[in-house]
Amino acid sequence: MTHPIGLQIRGGTKVYPGTRALKGVDFDLRMGAVNVLVGENGAGKSTMMKVIAGVEQLTEGQILMDGKPVHLNGTDDARRHGIGIVFQELNLFPNMTVAENIFINREITRGRIDIDTAAQREATRGLMRRLEHDIDPDTMVGDLRVGQQQIVEIAKSLAQDARILILDEPTSALSAAEVEILFRVIADLKKQGVGIVYISHRLEELIRIGDYITVLRDGAITGARSMEGVDVDWIVRAMIGEASRDFAKDIDHPYGPEVFRAEDVTLPRAGGGLAVDHVSMSLRAGEILGVYGLMGAGRSEFLECVIGRHPHAGGRIFVDGKQLRTKTVAGRIRSGIALIPEDRKNDGLVQILSIRENMTLSSLGAFTTGFHMNLGAERGTVRDFVKRLTVKIASMENPVSSLSGGNQQKVVIGKALMTRPKVLLMDEPSRGIDIGAKAEVFRTMRKLAAEGLGIVFVTSDMEELMALSDRIVVMSNGRVTGEFDRKDATETLVINASAKGHAPTPVKEPVA
Amino acid sequence: MTHAATHSAPQAGSANLLLVLLKARTFIALILVFAFFAFAAPNFLSTANMVIMSKHVALNAFLAIGMTFVIISGGIDLSVGSIVGLCGMVAGWLVLYGIDLGLGWSIQFNTVEICLIVMVVGVLIGGVNAFLITKLNVAPFIATLGTLYVCRGAAMLFSDGRTFPNLNGNPEYGSDTFRLIGAGNVLGLPISIWMLIVVALIAAYIARRTPLGRYIYAVGGNERGAALSGVKVNRIKFFVYMFSGLCAALVGLIISSQLVAAHPATGQAFELNAIAAAVLGGTSMSGGRGRIGGTIVGAFVIGVLSDGLVMMGVSSFWQTVIKGLVIIAAVVVDQAQQKLQARVALQAEAGK
Repeated sequence: MTHPIGLQIRGGTKVYPGTRALKGVDFDLRMGAVNVLVGENGAGKSTMMKVIAGVEQLTEGQILMDGKPVHLNGTDDARRHGIGIVFQELNLFPNMTVAENIFINREITRGRIDIDTAAQREATRGLMRRLEHDIDPDTMVGDLRVGQQQIVEIAKSLAQDARILILDEPTSALSAAEVEILFRVIADLKKQGVGIVYISHRLEELIRIGDYITVLRDGAITGARSMEGVDVDWIVRAMIGEASRDFAKDIDHPYGPEVFRAEDVTLPRAGGGLAVDHVSMSLRAGEILGVYGLMGAGRSEFLECVIGRHPHAGGRIFVDGKQLRTKTVAGRIRSGIALIPEDRKNDGLVQILSIRENMTLSSLGAFTTGFHMNLGAERGTVRDFVKRLTVKIASMENPVSSLSGGNQQKVVIGKALMTRPKVLLMDEPSRGIDIGAKAEVFRTMRKLAAEGLGIVFVTSDMEELMALSDRIVVMSNGRVTGEFDRKDATETLVINASAKGHAPTPVKEPVA
Repeated sequence: MTHAATHSAPQAGSANLLLVLLKARTFIALILVFAFFAFAAPNFLSTANMVIMSKHVALNAFLAIGMTFVIISGGIDLSVGSIVGLCGMVAGWLVLYGIDLGLGWSIQFNTVEICLIVMVVGVLIGGVNAFLITKLNVAPFIATLGTLYVCRGAAMLFSDGRTFPNLNGNPEYGSDTFRLIGAGNVLGLPISIWMLIVVALIAAYIARRTPLGRYIYAVGGNERGAALSGVKVNRIKFFVYMFSGLCAALVGLIISSQLVAAHPATGQAFELNAIAAAVLGGTSMSGGRGRIGGTIVGAFVIGVLSDGLVMMGVSSFWQTVIKGLVIIAAVVVDQAQQKLQARVALQAEAGK
């Protein structure tokens, strides 16, 4: 096989305050081929793609195109060099038509004023023919299915004469049939000599579509080769390293009786199907249950069902053996469930309120007699929790938005603990906080478990999962696809289970 | 340093002083306006004028208190002016005719009963607003715009657009005391001022010392976050709109009693003055921030400004222009304060 190299990174290093996201990587992007890129969350995939797309600039090292160094100082620069990127979160305007979206900011005009809609429409039709899709240029993008929207994004890149196309997890929102179409489109683009970078967590998909594979771990490339002879085991080894890491827990304590059980929890998805598909799990006091899965596996949705955010969710929830009748968030909190949401900014905190007001928001009843709130008692309790969780603050009256991510997370944890929960649900508790704060959050989790609290935590980070969990549940496509005791779990087992149900041609099972 | 409640470092002293001045800006503005008119307008400081002026201010202040809660919760209530008009008409009807049961029978009410019924009407209209907003998912602006028209039209329908005159009441039914709401004095202060003091104290108490008040701020600051924290968001919204309706009903009672007549056009554009007072007092239109005390001061600034300008003989056209400029200036200064406040807090948190 001879695929010319269209773009190279040599000695690429990217330093963010506090972390080195890329450590001297050498990357070759081959034209007319699919270059797949794989690695755990935080391994540096996105950073590398952002560098190529001009969103970020390298701290050290250089980018070469056709052997000559280039400086990509912005997405415009990258676009001029024929580089297009389709982000995981689509950047489309749902209130505009397909044609308007494709030509946004590069409208075909007459005399720079009047938009030539006919020409745009015609050009859009041409692009759609090329992509084998029958999408009318005048359709509103908001009316399209997500898969079709993805096609529009790709068309947008093609309209800019992209010779290099970066696809960041393009199949995460697609149905099996749409995945097939996307793969056909990719094959066509390959034939036309377009160099494609394809990022995904779905290993079987990668093996099927890729021509070259690059594996990243901790900002360094741990494997780069042609796809021939690559299997899932090889990828997993390259992703997590040869060295078997010992994650023995430092505190061993006996578990109590079962505190929490979920039975047959289901949640319909907006576009049909189930986001959470008959999920059941149970938890004992003092136990930490890790829930692993890929994006869109339904983990966060499951936790949201448990806390009562989706009133139309089905299933039964038990706390201390008693089935909960209440469906409201307030009722679930009163029954002893507390949630630490994934999206701290939008779900976890009220940014404009003070640290004190945020911490006590779920437990104001504890300081209230009749309708009179005892502000002194409130301050006292906040002071206790600030000390217990070692939150670093200057004053509890400052707005919570002035804190760092790690300290904000501790405020959210404090808020949850103030409700005296029996079960703590934590959704990606370490997201967006630095390593030091992460370690502290984990220490806190262990301590709480040792005190008898049951913890369910969702994570996409393998190391975190292995280090913290007493038991591991793996979810995929809304279903539980694996359950392991910590002693038996290996990273290969977990990753394999998390890819189940994502095979390109899944067998449809009848849903009870 | 892990301890809470230590005070900010002294190096931020000048910024802190500026911040204190900015926080007290509405109050400073009030003092300046007062001082200016004391010189510029003769008789401005006379007791009689003070009483008249505070009566004017009270009307707007009532509405502004209700509006403040609504705005803090992230909404807006455009219907209050119309509720004033409608409630005035309901009061007038009850004083004049009672409730006609047909067959020549009718129920007559005494003053207390009339007041209670009118207040219930105001609360119910607020409840309709909240129902539209929470259950039917109508945007607050649109929902209350709708009730603005409906209530105004209903007020007109009551009397075919005419005024109910001579609301003197009937001693036989015990409604002759209706006039006292607007005209009576207790310890030298008009009853409406006493009512304002009571309502303002209750509102301030709710805002500062009750979970309900805290939830209003939380809902306005981040509705999703509040809901996930177990706050019953819909209940909070019902409260703020019903409270706003109650405040409007009180104003309707006071005005019809003061004038001894009820006119269906009463209260037109009052909602705008109420919003202006709340904003002047530091309430953020995006929700989550505001104080009852600030709103009262804001209402006084607007009231003193318009009465003072009238006494100086400034044309009403100029008065309107000046009022608009003051509101804009208030919001501009508010933005500056927010920026400075955020910076001081960040420095304090980063500085340890």
